[in-house]
Amino acid sequence: MKSSAMVTPRPAREAVSNASPAKVAFGGVSFSYPGRQALSGVTLDVPERRVTAIIGPSGCGKSTLIKSINRIAEIGTEVKVEGRVTIDGQDVYAPGVDLVDLRRRVGMLFQKANPFPKSIFENVAFGPRIHGASRAGDLDQAVERSLRQAALWDEVKDRLGTSAMELSGGQQQRLCLARVLAVDPEVILMDEPCSALDPISTARIEELIEELRERYTVVIVTHNMQQAARVSDRTAFLLNGQLVEVDDTETIFTTPADRRTEDYITGRFG
Amino acid sequence: MKRRFVETIALALLRGTAFAVLLATILLIGSIVRGGAGVITWEFLSATPTEGMTHGGIFPAIFGTICITLLMIVMALPLGVCAAIYMVEYAGSSGLARVIRASVNNLAGVPSIVFGLFGVGFFILFIGRSIDRVRGGGLLFGQPAMLWAAATLAVLVLPVIIVNTAEALTAVPRSHREASFALGATRWQTVRRVVLPQARAGILTGSILSVSRGAGETAPILFTGCAYFLPRLPIVHLGVPFTGLSVPMVNPLDQFMELSYHIFIMATQSTDAAATRPIQYGTTLILVALTFILNLAAISLRVRYRRGLESR
Repeated sequence: MKSSAMVTPRPAREAVSNASPAKVAFGGVSFSYPGRQALSGVTLDVPERRVTAIIGPSGCGKSTLIKSINRIAEIGTEVKVEGRVTIDGQDVYAPGVDLVDLRRRVGMLFQKANPFPKSIFENVAFGPRIHGASRAGDLDQAVERSLRQAALWDEVKDRLGTSAMELSGGQQQRLCLARVLAVDPEVILMDEPCSALDPISTARIEELIEELRERYTVVIVTHNMQQAARVSDRTAFLLNGQLVEVDDTETIFTTPADRRTEDYITGRFG
Repeated sequence: MKRRFVETIALALLRGTAFAVLLATILLIGSIVRGGAGVITWEFLSATPTEGMTHGGIFPAIFGTICITLLMIVMALPLGVCAAIYMVEYAGSSGLARVIRASVNNLAGVPSIVFGLFGVGFFILFIGRSIDRVRGGGLLFGQPAMLWAAATLAVLVLPVIIVNTAEALTAVPRSHREASFALGATRWQTVRRVVLPQARAGILTGSILSVSRGAGETAPILFTGCAYFLPRLPIVHLGVPFTGLSVPMVNPLDQFMELSYHIFIMATQSTDAAATRPIQYGTTLILVALTFILNLAAISLRVRYRRGLESR
């Protein structure tokens, strides 16, 4: 258990600016829903195998920002996107982009744990199955590996057949993480993944994020400033759909360049 | 003081209407049971009508009702479920979707006799006769038959199935669809593996309710296939090649007897309507019992479904 991370600040990490190539890049991205502009002119590099936190007050466009990467923001509505969102240099909004492939590469954890009303096993096996895995051995392996990665295996290994709905909220969120990991993504998006969880469950998710950064590029939206400080390498501050500032987390929380950033993280507004 | 008086009056009125409904139901069911229970015997259920329908049983009508209901559901269910899936999952709120939604609602409001006439005009005279013309060799499809009666009933219950299915689909949380899409599932994979399994119970409930609606209808089958009196069952014996055996099979091109139509015939067309009265009651009781059983099945499914959702 590393719940002590809740109180003691994380030891300073090496500066990551320019240290890691950009996995995801926003180039002057403006994003609007019918009658509402959510993002305007956002330019932001998300370094590979690092944790990038997006902070900002409610309605500032944080969720839209990450949901524009895996193109979930456009489901069930019409959107207008200007500028470029790229993964490994490839524009995800280019015509002919395979959404199935894009979303396999970019997994997502939602605000509220949303396991399917199926068994624990079937939840994790869902991704591999839709992407064509059918051999029982392969599925068993993928399920065990993902559940171990999500630190859930020991708690559920004897009851893989029971409904995922019987798990606690924290376990459900880790199950959702396992479900994401099972399709072997490169980027993992998290939209306030702990907002509905108690402190202990939150700490466990944060520990997992710590481990994930070794293999995956993580982008996490959070309302919780301490969380951003604890888990992320880079922090971007968003206000009214515009990027105010992005820098190493250390810098943002000690010597922010912009007055508005300072006001926000010291709790003067938002 | 005045407010309290109005309150008392309002309560009395409201309670009165509620009891009136209850009373009407009890009286109706009571009179049917009282008049019909006496004639229900094994013979009544298993024999054919005799002596101008004043004696004998109603087996051909029970058999016909069951056959036509099954045939109806086989035709209507896939069509209705597919239409609902398209409406909810694919069409969204486009102009086409609005047109479909409006026509479904209008279809639900059309009087059933109109469906009966539509059945004659479309299924028998247009489709049936066209098949006969292409096939050559006289009238076979272009006349009233179980097939067309069932098809007409299917059109009648289609809106019920579509509306219920659409409701069951809409009840599946958006977050589950999002999770599925975010994992890279296509729309169809999402429908097939996430939405339909959760909506299954709701779809089933809706289709059972539609059956109980369709099974009691008289007007749509009036001209499209049911027979005034048909002592034999609509069964054909099909030979199995090379075996010399023959297998009995329901013949969808035959006519058939049906419970509600049988009641109507006995009550209005019989030469001795008074003598058929006990049989009318008995037949009504059987029809009501059949619909009641189907409704019970739907209710218990719904209860189980709800309980299932809560435990989740």
